[in-house]
Amino acid sequence: MRLSLRRLAGGAASLLITLFGLVLVTFLIGRVMPIDPVIAIVGDHAPEDVVARVRAEMGLDRSLVVQFAIYVIRLLHGDLGRSVMTSHLVTEDIARYFPATIELATCAIVVATLVGVPLGVLAAVRQGSKFDQAIRVVCLTGHSIPVFLLGLLSLLVFYAKLGWAPGTGRADVAFEGMVPVITGFLTIDSLAAGDWDSFYDALAHLAQPVGVLAFFSMAYITRMTRAFMLDALSAEYIITARAKGLSALRVIWRHAFGNIAVRLVTVLALTYAGLLEGAVVTETVFSWPGLGQYLTVSLLNADMNAVLGATLVVGLAYMLLNTLADAAYRLLDPRVR
Amino acid sequence: MLITREWLLSDAPNSRAQAAWGRRYRLWRDFQANRLAMAGFVIVLFLIASALLAPWLAPYDPAAQELANRLSVPTAAHWLGTDELGRDVLSRLLFGAQVTLGMVLSVVIMVAPLGLAIGCIAGYYGGIVDAVLMRVTDVFLAFPRLILALAFVAAIRPGITSAVLAIALTTWPPYARLARAETLGVRNADFIAAVRLTGASSGRIVLRHIAPLCLGSLIVRVTLDMSAIILFAASLGFLGMGAQPPSPEWGTMIATARRFFLDQWWVPLVPGVAIFIASLAFNLLGDGLRDVLDPKQR
Repeated sequence: MRLSLRRLAGGAASLLITLFGLVLVTFLIGRVMPIDPVIAIVGDHAPEDVVARVRAEMGLDRSLVVQFAIYVIRLLHGDLGRSVMTSHLVTEDIARYFPATIELATCAIVVATLVGVPLGVLAAVRQGSKFDQAIRVVCLTGHSIPVFLLGLLSLLVFYAKLGWAPGTGRADVAFEGMVPVITGFLTIDSLAAGDWDSFYDALAHLAQPVGVLAFFSMAYITRMTRAFMLDALSAEYIITARAKGLSALRVIWRHAFGNIAVRLVTVLALTYAGLLEGAVVTETVFSWPGLGQYLTVSLLNADMNAVLGATLVVGLAYMLLNTLADAAYRLLDPRVR
Repeated sequence: MLITREWLLSDAPNSRAQAAWGRRYRLWRDFQANRLAMAGFVIVLFLIASALLAPWLAPYDPAAQELANRLSVPTAAHWLGTDELGRDVLSRLLFGAQVTLGMVLSVVIMVAPLGLAIGCIAGYYGGIVDAVLMRVTDVFLAFPRLILALAFVAAIRPGITSAVLAIALTTWPPYARLARAETLGVRNADFIAAVRLTGASSGRIVLRHIAPLCLGSLIVRVTLDMSAIILFAASLGFLGMGAQPPSPEWGTMIATARRFFLDQWWVPLVPGVAIFIASLAFNLLGDGLRDVLDPKQR
């Protein structure tokens, strides 16, 4: 017990150091940019005294160390500055756009898990069969195809040619803003409002981006599940279980799968973290109004407060999920405890 | 001296050169037996050839516009059609191979030696050096790569150079980890102790005796990573943060042609398929190399 407490403290310390690294890197990125942030606000033709005043107000006339300290203190107060593009506080913008990304990533990880884990188990059980080879091809495709190609293909086939799916965006124009925002997840909010039409519309719009994102996660999850299962199935206790005459199903799912479940949880958490980031490209393809699209639009407009704010938030979520995955592994697996 | 199969496969080589070439020949035969890996190898060779020979192979100037013939379907004159400015897509694709492979090569040249150096030094010296270097590595490893690269590129200036720097900045940590693990494995081996007894400096030990042993797994990792770097560079281009138009970089070509994909879908699709094939080829090649060079990792 004492040992695990020490481990926990060690984990917290390393998380803090990594966080400090993230804050430092975003700060430095914000300082090296060639666009003068003062000119960006007051414009090219502002008189010199105005420029000097704004510079002093922003603390940009002081040393880098002081500026960094001011930056950290502002962050601790939850102040990410104001977006030049939307003229809202960056925190408000993030609160509005992040739920759309979380909704997308969560649906994708659920679909990817439900499809990927059974496929991986089956491929391992039938190692070397036609099915196993087909799975290998699917996984290889998932590792090699660019996200935007798959997204564009999906739009072309299912939206333009077949007409099965609605186009880009999160909701049809007719449904936009119809449901009061509670959680920011359109599916949950429309259910809470009892608005079934909005709910179906939200689901229909989710289908394509979720399908595309889930495909990539599935490729990874399937490959890892297959590898873990092959490992487990060759263990001696499996041979014993088989020799005792247990049914194949029981051996596979209870004995082998039960032993890889913990490692899979880690893989799933890492995949989920990757999805938060992978959503950037997908959101651009499907004009999905999430944090990824907010980030890319801000990038193209050199809206640095928004860029750094979004980077910080995604980075934070990414690190927390990484740490959780690590902690879950240590807690659940008695062998590492 | 005639080089024959018998000479290469001899059980009792007469010289170090013969033994070394025999080993390489055996590895090559193992590799050749893997048909998928060979397919990847051939495609990669083909890509390199088309990048090098683009000025001679391309039927048109990649920048030449033919505005009367915009967004044309593939024809005898334009095998893969024309883009929104009437430029020949095949010619742009060939010159785009130069940009893509150039970016991949620059990233690898920067990242692999850096990772190798950091990993070997951390692993060999241990103690405080190891702790500090690995802590820095962990910090970079914990970042979301694409987002960090995007912020970095936006801060400097979108373009090929900053894209390469950004990709390099986020790609080196796994190499350092890998090299460190390999170094820890051989650090206390007898032959290292023997070299030390002969009076070799630690610099010489790391450079001449430890680093070469890490190369095998590093090469495998680099080849597999090339596929990821191709996708990374293309994503940056697609998001408008990599190579800038009118560069024929494949991701950038898709970004500019995206508007037309509902009607003239082949225009953005062709570079997309090119990215897919290139990335697939490096994946196949990497898998094959891993089986031959680094059977442990299988």
